[in-house]
Amino acid sequence: MALPKHADRLERIWYYTYLVLCGLIFLFLIAPILIVIPLSFNAEPYFTFTEKMLAFDPTGYSSRWYDMLLTFGMADGSAARDGSWWADVWENSAWVNAAKNSVIIGFFSTILATCLGTLAALGLSRPEMPFRRVIMAVLISPMIVPIIITATGLFFFYSKTGLANSYVGIIMAHATLGIPFVIITVTATLVGFDHSLTRAAANLGADPTTTFFRITMPLILPGVISGALFAFVTSFDEVVVVLFVAAHDQQTIPRQMWNGIREQISPAILAVATILVVISILLLTTIELLRRRSERLRGLSPG
Amino acid sequence: MADLTADIATGSAPGRLTTADGKPLKAALAAAESHARRRAFFLVLPLLLFVLITFIFPIVQMLHQSIYNPGFTLHRDVGTGVKTPIMINVRNWFDENERGSDPDESAYAALHKDFLLLDELRAAGSVGTRINYDMSGTRSLFTKTARRADKLTPPFQEGFLAIDKDWSDPEVWAVMRGASSAYTANFYLAAVDLTRDVKGDVVSVDDNRALYVKLFGRTLFLSLLITFLTFILAFPVAHLLATLPLRYSNLLMIFVLLPFWTSLLVRTTSWMVLLQSQGVINDALVAGSLIEDESRIQMMYNQTGTVIAMTHILLPFMILPLYSVMRTIKPVYVRAARSLGATSWTAFRRIYFPQTVPGIGAGALLVFILAVGYYITPALVGGADGQLISNLIAFHMTNSLNWSLAAALASLLLVGILILYWLYDRLIGIDNLKLG
Repeated sequence: MALPKHADRLERIWYYTYLVLCGLIFLFLIAPILIVIPLSFNAEPYFTFTEKMLAFDPTGYSSRWYDMLLTFGMADGSAARDGSWWADVWENSAWVNAAKNSVIIGFFSTILATCLGTLAALGLSRPEMPFRRVIMAVLISPMIVPIIITATGLFFFYSKTGLANSYVGIIMAHATLGIPFVIITVTATLVGFDHSLTRAAANLGADPTTTFFRITMPLILPGVISGALFAFVTSFDEVVVVLFVAAHDQQTIPRQMWNGIREQISPAILAVATILVVISILLLTTIELLRRRSERLRGLSPG
Repeated sequence: MADLTADIATGSAPGRLTTADGKPLKAALAAAESHARRRAFFLVLPLLLFVLITFIFPIVQMLHQSIYNPGFTLHRDVGTGVKTPIMINVRNWFDENERGSDPDESAYAALHKDFLLLDELRAAGSVGTRINYDMSGTRSLFTKTARRADKLTPPFQEGFLAIDKDWSDPEVWAVMRGASSAYTANFYLAAVDLTRDVKGDVVSVDDNRALYVKLFGRTLFLSLLITFLTFILAFPVAHLLATLPLRYSNLLMIFVLLPFWTSLLVRTTSWMVLLQSQGVINDALVAGSLIEDESRIQMMYNQTGTVIAMTHILLPFMILPLYSVMRTIKPVYVRAARSLGATSWTAFRRIYFPQTVPGIGAGALLVFILAVGYYITPALVGGADGQLISNLIAFHMTNSLNWSLAAALASLLLVGILILYWLYDRLIGIDNLKLG
């Protein structure tokens, strides 16, 4: 919205105020996320910029908190950093173990959510689907119902069925939480889907399975992958269900962070936060590239 | 009438339309349609079953827990899992004597028998806990009595009163009568600050113990405030994004989408870093000598912290729907209004703003639904007076272990959320929910 030439003085003032306001709101959105990055390199255990940091004195910065992420929980963190030290990190470091658990749970729940969700989205986007609206509402509801209610229900249910304290239980719960995202992204991709392509494939003699893997799948793949990424992020960021149904030794990254924040917040948390911010920047880039590819494939916009 | 018969006549005539294999066209079409319907349904079925097991069943279980508490009727041994009915004799006495009748010697004798069983099962603590939910301070009454039950001899009434005079309190007996049925609505009463008096009538609890209605009110108020703040902040930004050329707005969109993709815990941690009294904002204010070093502003562990952090976290959920609606508004309407003599303010108020209302509705409803059930952020930055209803549910689940009350509170919250969800589906449609 460029300012027209005939704008009067008041309109000009208002226009520039508006731009400044927007700038401030963008700052409000992004600053809290970026501020943790420099602070995680603080040499002192404080949550603010020290004078040395402000003067860009190299001694004010250090990577000690990143080092602590590795050594915390190790049998002998101060030993010489050779092969056995790294083996010790892999075996015993609390954060490394939490990361391993998070990745395992995230991986399997994503696979589960993506497979089931994509299948269901294919069914839901057919015009002849019965009770479409109600079923859609039920399948999206895990995203709308507060996580504390889901966790409470799962706690009662799992303690009755013996799924509590098991990986299977957490993976199933996380898959449920990720499913709405898969359904939303895949149905969005299917909205612009040209069904004459599948009919053409059938006409040329392809059976439904071949048609799906050769025609439909490549076209909806961007939507499936972004849905899968959403599901993975949901699992990777989920703490309440894990707190309620997981065993004490089943630490995940968010749970470890939660404990760290509640008990004694140290800049090590900021180091983790920085790593997670970098991961989310990578994810956002991937999603954006996928979106452009999907639009190009479907010929929606010049991208 | 004549037409109808004519239709039927042609329908059954030998020259009617059939498929190649001789089936009537109508029947063949119906069969094909129902086949297509079944195929669509079978694609959805696996997920539907999965969600039923991992989501709907647990919620139903929670609803059941909110009206069912067998703490006074059934004992389950933690080690062996064996279930034993308890308090049978006193429950029988309650069945035989109507509400309000004073406990006589037979009542105390029944109670004695039950206490002998409790002592044997070591279950007095859990029974006391159940009674304690309805009348605080009674748990020790049960544990104490169970320890001495085997030494009691008739007359039992005096024996019980010798252990503790509270056994003559009609309220204890009224509460035990209330708990003698495992199915009860008492937890819902407790969740809205009501209780039953000795006569069994519903009355409100003492003002100093009333907590939940106030908390529901605060949750509503803070959610409305946060929704309003996100609207105020989202409107100009969404407008800018919608009116800029696509190559700039795609770039600026990163500012909205990056917070959306960043871990909730990371964003909450960042706010803790910023808002602490020794944190970045206070330090900057002190350095700029806007405030004194001694009078640092307390922005965390109170409502301010909850509101600031939640507004930031929920802002993308307001910007995205607003943006997608504003994108579709054609600038020619505003230009037409201007050329007809409207001032820019009038053109905005009468022409532009009304067209954004669907986006405002979608964003506001979504933000409000998410805010009402928020747990993590208030738990970490909320302190004592920034807690929402979810935090109390978590407290009863993990600390006070009053699961039935937690379930009752959660059920009330769930009903509210489902009404809003239904409204959202009605007004906006679930299909129109977009992510990024």
